[in-house]
Amino acid sequence: MQVDEAPLEKAFDATIGAGDRIEPRDWMPEKYRQTLIRQVAQHAHSEIIGMQPEGNWITRAPSLRRKAVLLAKVQDEAGHGLYLYSATETLGVSRDELTRRLIEGKQKYSSIFNYPTLTYADVGSIGWLVDGAAICNQVPLCRTSYGPYGRAMIRICKEESFHQRQGYELLMTMMRGTDEQRAMVQESVNRFWWPALMMFGPPDGDSPNTAQSMEWGIKRHTNDELRQRFVDMSVPQAEALGVTFPDPELQWNEERGSYDFGEPDWDEFWQVVKGNGPCNTQRIAHRKAAYDDGAWVREAALAFAAKARADEND
Amino acid sequence: MTENQAEWPLYEVFIRSKRGLNHVHVGSLHAPDAELALRHARDVYTRRNEGVSIWVVPSADITASSPQEKDPLFAPSGDKVYRHPTFYDIPSNVPHM
Amino acid sequence: MNDIHIQQDAEDAHDNAYAGLLSNDAHWAFGTDFEDPLAGVDTTIPDGLDAAELAQYCLMLGDDALVYAHRLSEWTSRAPDLEEDIAIANLALDLVGQARLLLARAAAADSSIVPVLPEGSPVPDEDRLAFFREAGDFRNVRLAETPNGDFAELVTRLLVLSTWRLAIFERLVGHPDAVVSAIAAKGVKELAYHRDFAGRWFVTLAGGTSESRRRLTDAMRAVWPLIPELGEGTDTERTVGVDPAAVALEVGVVLDQVLAVGGMTAPDVPGLARVRGRAGRQGMHSEALSRMLAEMQVVARAHPRGRW
Repeated sequence: MQVDEAPLEKAFDATIGAGDRIEPRDWMPEKYRQTLIRQVAQHAHSEIIGMQPEGNWITRAPSLRRKAVLLAKVQDEAGHGLYLYSATETLGVSRDELTRRLIEGKQKYSSIFNYPTLTYADVGSIGWLVDGAAICNQVPLCRTSYGPYGRAMIRICKEESFHQRQGYELLMTMMRGTDEQRAMVQESVNRFWWPALMMFGPPDGDSPNTAQSMEWGIKRHTNDELRQRFVDMSVPQAEALGVTFPDPELQWNEERGSYDFGEPDWDEFWQVVKGNGPCNTQRIAHRKAAYDDGAWVREAALAFAAKARADEND
Repeated sequence: MTENQAEWPLYEVFIRSKRGLNHVHVGSLHAPDAELALRHARDVYTRRNEGVSIWVVPSADITASSPQEKDPLFAPSGDKVYRHPTFYDIPSNVPHM
Repeated sequence: MNDIHIQQDAEDAHDNAYAGLLSNDAHWAFGTDFEDPLAGVDTTIPDGLDAAELAQYCLMLGDDALVYAHRLSEWTSRAPDLEEDIAIANLALDLVGQARLLLARAAAADSSIVPVLPEGSPVPDEDRLAFFREAGDFRNVRLAETPNGDFAELVTRLLVLSTWRLAIFERLVGHPDAVVSAIAAKGVKELAYHRDFAGRWFVTLAGGTSESRRRLTDAMRAVWPLIPELGEGTDTERTVGVDPAAVALEVGVVLDQVLAVGGMTAPDVPGLARVRGRAGRQGMHSEALSRMLAEMQVVARAHPRGRW
């Protein structure tokens, strides 16, 4: 049966235009649904893959307090992935299906997690810079047009602010420690600064989906706007910490009321996005191993539940 | 990869944050049965002691109203809040952060 | 005006189960604001209790928790599903928490057991004990340190360790040392959940598929030889703590119940031999422990004056 979608699209546009939310059973343009699935799934994948670089240090955390903090933080990331996969389920795609798309390389996740964590200071840099950049990206998403996504983001943002705080606190504590520790912090910040800037995506001119996503209220600021906001926010934090960013072009621009900064290496960015980053293969292999190794457990639990139901019906 | 049908069903989670308040929907999760769903809900949604009481309901058992009740055409096939078709095709050449 | 505000607050609370999240940091693991389970607890060691023996006892219970928490934490990002990943992290977090309190108590009771670090080192006692002792100074049972197997092994080992530890902690709630008593009171609730989680999964795997049952059988064969050691108490345990032999019967009854519900039989395997009478409690460990500690201690040991 052919349906005239014009009035539905008009109602949809009116809802978006009024700043109201779209909910799961509302009619929505297919392309809106596809764009949302892609964005929320990538976000969910990023949380799950993001467990690995920090999880890498759980067994080597240098104090019991830090061990507890890091365990809880990585656990939160599993929780965030779970909330976000739940949001995609309301769009008609199951977590299982999305996990398979991730493992098969059909869907992406944030490139930052394809960089290795090489010292314990990286746990701090990830909290401060990577989670900080994520917060810049994510806070506006609490008002995103799709209800379930926005609600998931509200809880995630609350938890992320604690993540950023623990990262910064770790670095502050290390800066009050030994010379070796201070050097470790600076070296780590040097490595993570540029990848953190890349987290906002390619320059606006090279970001083909941005315009439509903004019109639909899925995205609320352009990549370059968010990147600038992040730089302006981070420079005073670095000064307070006593570290520098590895960018000779970084300086205050009185006229703009913002910091000027250098250009990230976009060739490196595209290499990592296209799967050639230092850890792409390793991250996916790790996720695939967990998924495959767990298959027998998931099947056993389903079989057990089915038998229990059958017993009840007898 | 082999087709794997062993996905646990979805449950909706409702939490009473303190005595005297309603249970409020906080999200969903997967579990093989209701008993494990309750345990999962405790671990996932009350990691920071947010709740004094938890309800879990199979998502498939929730009957929902349609936003356009007047127009039966768009009460989408069936009345389930959650559907699980897997035919949505997502472009793979997506540049992203 | 006031009424309106109150009503608004009530509506917010109804609308959002997490509305209070930011008003109270105590239940977040982050920041410095850990809830102190020992707040208001009298920390003087009661008369008649040998402080050195009490310290050794706290090391035993603390090391069990520390070492097994490490094994559980190795599961992070490797669990069969996200829900289980989160659940296992909770188990590990509970045990890290117990370890911290017990190691701190051990150090407070007998400072001579705390490794000496360079003058001016800010490393707290709990971390000196965790990160600067050699394997031979650890007092955990060997079952805690065994390398991880599959999920069936996790479930089986957790079932045994949590059942046994819960039985001991239930008795320690009445311990004359107020600190040990408070730690036990907190731990009982946690361990009851661990046992419940393990028992539920044990029965699920037993009744699931032939594959899960086969794996569970293998896991029991791996875990069971390490059970007798749990019941062979030391003089320290008998003098200042709970004699594990006294809870062996109760532990056996609980395990038998779970096995019976799952339709499993305990494997007929002998206990792992001791070495000239020594096992984990006497510092005689498996090869796995020193390897585990090499990883766990590497960063802390590289920075004996470090602040974290």
